[in-house]
Amino acid sequence: MRIPVSWLHDHAQLLDGEAAPTADQIADALLRAGLEVEAVHHLGPVSGPLVVGRVTEIEQLAGFAKPIRYCLVDDGEPAPRGVVCGATNFAVDDLVVLARPGTVLPGGVTIGARTTYGRTSDGMICSAAELGLGDDHTGIIVLPADAAVPGDSAVDVLGLDDAVIELAITPDRGYCLSARGLARELAIAFDVPYRDPAMFEVPAAESPSWPVHIEDEHGCRRFVVRQVAGLHAAAESPWWMRRRLYLAGMRPISLAVDVTNYVMLELGQPMHAFDAGKLDGDLVVRRATEGEKLTTLDGVCRELDPDDIVICDASGPLSLAAVMGGESTEVGPQTTNLLLEAANWDPASVARAARRHKLPSEAARRFERGVDPALAPAAAELAATLLTRYGGGVVLPGRTDVGTPPAPVSVVMPVDEPDRVAGRAYDRGVTVRRLSQIGCAVEQASTHGTTMLTVAPPPWRPDLVQPADLVEEVLRLEGYDTIPSTLPPAPPGRGLTAAQRRRRIVSRVLASAGYVEVLPSPFVSASIWDAFGLPDDDPRRYTTKLLNPLESDRDELATTLLPGLLDALIRNVARGQRDVALYGMAPVVLPQRGAPAMPEVGVLARPSDAEVAALRGALPAQPLHVGVVLVGQWERRGWWGAGRPATWADAIQAARLIGGAAGVELEVCAAHAPPWHPGRCGALQVDGHTAGHAGELHPAVVEALGLPPRTCAMELDLDALPLTSKRPAPLVSPYPPVLQDIALVVDASVPVAELTATLRRGAGDLLEDVRLFDVYTGDQIGPGKRSLAFALRFRAPDRTLTVAEATAARDAAVAAAAAAHDAILRS
Amino acid sequence: MPGSTESYDPKQVAVLSPEALAKAVEDAEKAFAAAADLEELAAVKPVHLGDRSPLLIARREIGALPPKARADAGKRLNASRVAVQAAFDRRRSELQAERDSNTLRAEAVDVTLPWDRVPTGARHPITTLCERIADAFIAMGYEVAEGPELEAEWFNFDALNFPKDHPARTMQDSFYVAPEGSGMVLRTHTSPVQVRALLARELPVYVVCPGRTFRTDALDATHTPVFHQMEGLAVDKGITMGHLKGTLDAFARAMFGESSRTRLRPSFFPFTEPSAEVDVWFPERKGGAGWVEWGGCGMVNPNVLRACGVDTAVYSGFAFGMGIERTLQFRNGITDMRDMVEGDVRFTCAFGMEA
Repeated sequence: MRIPVSWLHDHAQLLDGEAAPTADQIADALLRAGLEVEAVHHLGPVSGPLVVGRVTEIEQLAGFAKPIRYCLVDDGEPAPRGVVCGATNFAVDDLVVLARPGTVLPGGVTIGARTTYGRTSDGMICSAAELGLGDDHTGIIVLPADAAVPGDSAVDVLGLDDAVIELAITPDRGYCLSARGLARELAIAFDVPYRDPAMFEVPAAESPSWPVHIEDEHGCRRFVVRQVAGLHAAAESPWWMRRRLYLAGMRPISLAVDVTNYVMLELGQPMHAFDAGKLDGDLVVRRATEGEKLTTLDGVCRELDPDDIVICDASGPLSLAAVMGGESTEVGPQTTNLLLEAANWDPASVARAARRHKLPSEAARRFERGVDPALAPAAAELAATLLTRYGGGVVLPGRTDVGTPPAPVSVVMPVDEPDRVAGRAYDRGVTVRRLSQIGCAVEQASTHGTTMLTVAPPPWRPDLVQPADLVEEVLRLEGYDTIPSTLPPAPPGRGLTAAQRRRRIVSRVLASAGYVEVLPSPFVSASIWDAFGLPDDDPRRYTTKLLNPLESDRDELATTLLPGLLDALIRNVARGQRDVALYGMAPVVLPQRGAPAMPEVGVLARPSDAEVAALRGALPAQPLHVGVVLVGQWERRGWWGAGRPATWADAIQAARLIGGAAGVELEVCAAHAPPWHPGRCGALQVDGHTAGHAGELHPAVVEALGLPPRTCAMELDLDALPLTSKRPAPLVSPYPPVLQDIALVVDASVPVAELTATLRRGAGDLLEDVRLFDVYTGDQIGPGKRSLAFALRFRAPDRTLTVAEATAARDAAVAAAAAAHDAILRS
Repeated sequence: MPGSTESYDPKQVAVLSPEALAKAVEDAEKAFAAAADLEELAAVKPVHLGDRSPLLIARREIGALPPKARADAGKRLNASRVAVQAAFDRRRSELQAERDSNTLRAEAVDVTLPWDRVPTGARHPITTLCERIADAFIAMGYEVAEGPELEAEWFNFDALNFPKDHPARTMQDSFYVAPEGSGMVLRTHTSPVQVRALLARELPVYVVCPGRTFRTDALDATHTPVFHQMEGLAVDKGITMGHLKGTLDAFARAMFGESSRTRLRPSFFPFTEPSAEVDVWFPERKGGAGWVEWGGCGMVNPNVLRACGVDTAVYSGFAFGMGIERTLQFRNGITDMRDMVEGDVRFTCAFGMEA
């Protein structure tokens, strides 16, 4: 909403002259009252000879790609001034705004005499945009013939000492989408009298103006019709009105259109003007029927929805109510008889229609926020008056006024409710005074020492429905800055939960290990699943899809973090990084086939436990995953020697680090799981359940995604790891250990993890630690075999262990390995 | 060895003679002096100070002296031992000094050599800032509450007093999920966690809810479709808007320093009434000190409390929400939102383990 400050002065009796508040002070007052001020546009500054001129001669210059005209302009000086102009929306005798050489326009442009298109242009004829009055570059400003005489200063005619305040109006303050509403706020803010432009005597009408039948009483709350006949079809809007429209960001079009727009900006009541000559019989307001079509004013033929409210005559739908008029009854250059509609519509219906047809029109914006239903007769009257004043003709005596606006509902609250909410005491009478200022009718009654207020909100405030709404009015008008700053008593908090602590420690452990955190995008493209080589029935392909993705090919919610992590990896590599190790932690969305539908649950009271469970149950599982991707050198090459490339083992180690941080032993076993390399992938298991995978990516995946060779990755479902609340303390034996090394030759297919477990089991309790320290393959042991060397550390909890005892335990371990894996002890 | 009952002249016990002792001392001094390094010194030490050194052997002979002579001999022997020990200590100090000045000098390295052998990791500043904010509130007795990102519209809108066709719903630019009418939405704010917390917890409730949120804003320097918010909620007996202001002031001080302060401007959110925008005074703002829009807040709308089964006659509450990206942007001077999203390691590494 853009509003010139001068317009606000019409209704808020602000001080004038020296004592007048500046535009910035006005903007600040509106801001404090809760109106979001986006900008204050000061008009001008213009210096130098900007004058009104009359065009006396126009010569079309030939030979140029665009129309160029050489004009003689009478600017009050003895000889007319020659000016070259590219606009064509003016004619001889029109009054225009002329910047003589030496004029400095807004933005600092200095106008000089210059030669262009072969002529000397001795100044410039100005458009609204060049004068900073609006965005309209399409033509120059043509002033009404009686606006001024040539040679007058144009600065006064244009009102360039004005400023325009640009506001973002929140959905609860529809009334502020008008000069009427904004001036009311301003008058309250400055505590000056306010004159309501809708408060005037609407003359009584003898008869209805036009038959109107409201068939949909829910959708249409009120419908007022007034008619104007005998207008001069070519009549123009007065300059002051065009100026205000310019400044409000609208383009003047014709008297009929300008007047309806002006009344909307002035009062907040959107209006529609029909060409009365094109109407065929009674007007009917109803919902559209299936298959009906309407060509709206923007020239688009629209398929109507049975939920759309339409205004019809015998020929069918004429107008998409509250949103946009139709082409068939559009006011045109020949129109002399107008039927003016000022109606009131159900906000929700308007909101749905505007969204459905993607038509966020100025009218819809106001109606979906709620328009004062009392306004309609005054708006129709104001529009009819303006039309006849500037377009001739007469207002026909009849008025149609049908429909039943909803009755206002009073709100009852204790007089000290604002004090209770703010946490301070307001002076006596403040609450009643503030509520009265915004237009409420307030009644007081005392019972048992409590004063209760019965507050009837004004019809332009449909947002005031409960005590909290009234409290906000009192608090904001008294100023939020008068509310004290105090702390509530500290509650007994229990700190982070175990899962929250785990999440932090896992993040720290990975960062400490050398991984850099990224925030993987949750949006993925279905093509990634093919690149990953996932089978058709892989659950990761079963995703939740967005209805309105930002990028049409990224319309699925990630079921794995890998696509997002690999995106970040590729971006880093593309930017010149060679050695990259990234980690990310985020939930993934895992929809279930046949999941129950979202239940309908009300909001008037707490839902039942069953309803809450149903709401939760209809949502997909969203476990927290953690993933890493890494490529290049893990240990860098340097003055100490060669580097070491990042391998599958680093990826698995990342999982082990997480397990360690979480206090969970992750078992690793070989797995075939795309997108990993079938021979270099480990399943990460907890209590026999696979919680993730780690290893090197499949070469085909690496190639398909353009990744560097040997890219490795790990992904783990952190929520699948059991939470360890307390870890038991170990027994730390003070007795000396016995160390023994063994080398076992086994089939190369025997996993070290299994062999290690067997040794542990076979050696019994005396074995304190077993660690693999060498792997050998080669001629000495034959093909298909591996020699695995382990360091065993034996220790007793209660005595010094003898070598004989340790050796017996070692032999038992070897025997178990021989039995389970055909292991042979190398001597 | 002579029997102890017999009397001997000390001069007859040759090893205790002053001459013999002087020689032992002299021999030791020579031997120590001759040791070229600490290893050689250590090698000759037993010869002169060990069990089989002349002075130790001589000490065993003291008993053979007549009682009168023993004291004298003892004194001499002791002086000799002290002299030998001193000679040893002196030489050891000399040799240690020599080693320190020669050998260790030879072993000197360039300590400015880099040791970037293993990579350096880092945490994302969004993560660390979320933790920092959460910690500030945990210190005030709050707990951290969580909720899902793909959320039921009932939690994201209905229960938060967004009527079905109200323009406030479209204000939020939601991502909706298939099929049409699924009743699910990528949460547009962390406020649905308020509802979940009120439904799941016993009153009073004091929680903060950090998390990822989603709106259909294309990624550019000032917008990102995926961003983070920190929601705060306090519902208790007698909670006032003054408590909200005090809490926000404390939060601002924790984030931006002791001199920080906040300003409330009336605004509109369906789930709070009265509602306000929070501005924070920012001395280092680009273009000069001034108020920076920080987040939204207000007193929890009684409609929300009712939908959560809270008795509005007894309890009231406040809620607030801030954009983490926005906070980080002006707190740490980040000019382009995309830096926080793209995952360039150069950006994240600059923050190390805490932003």
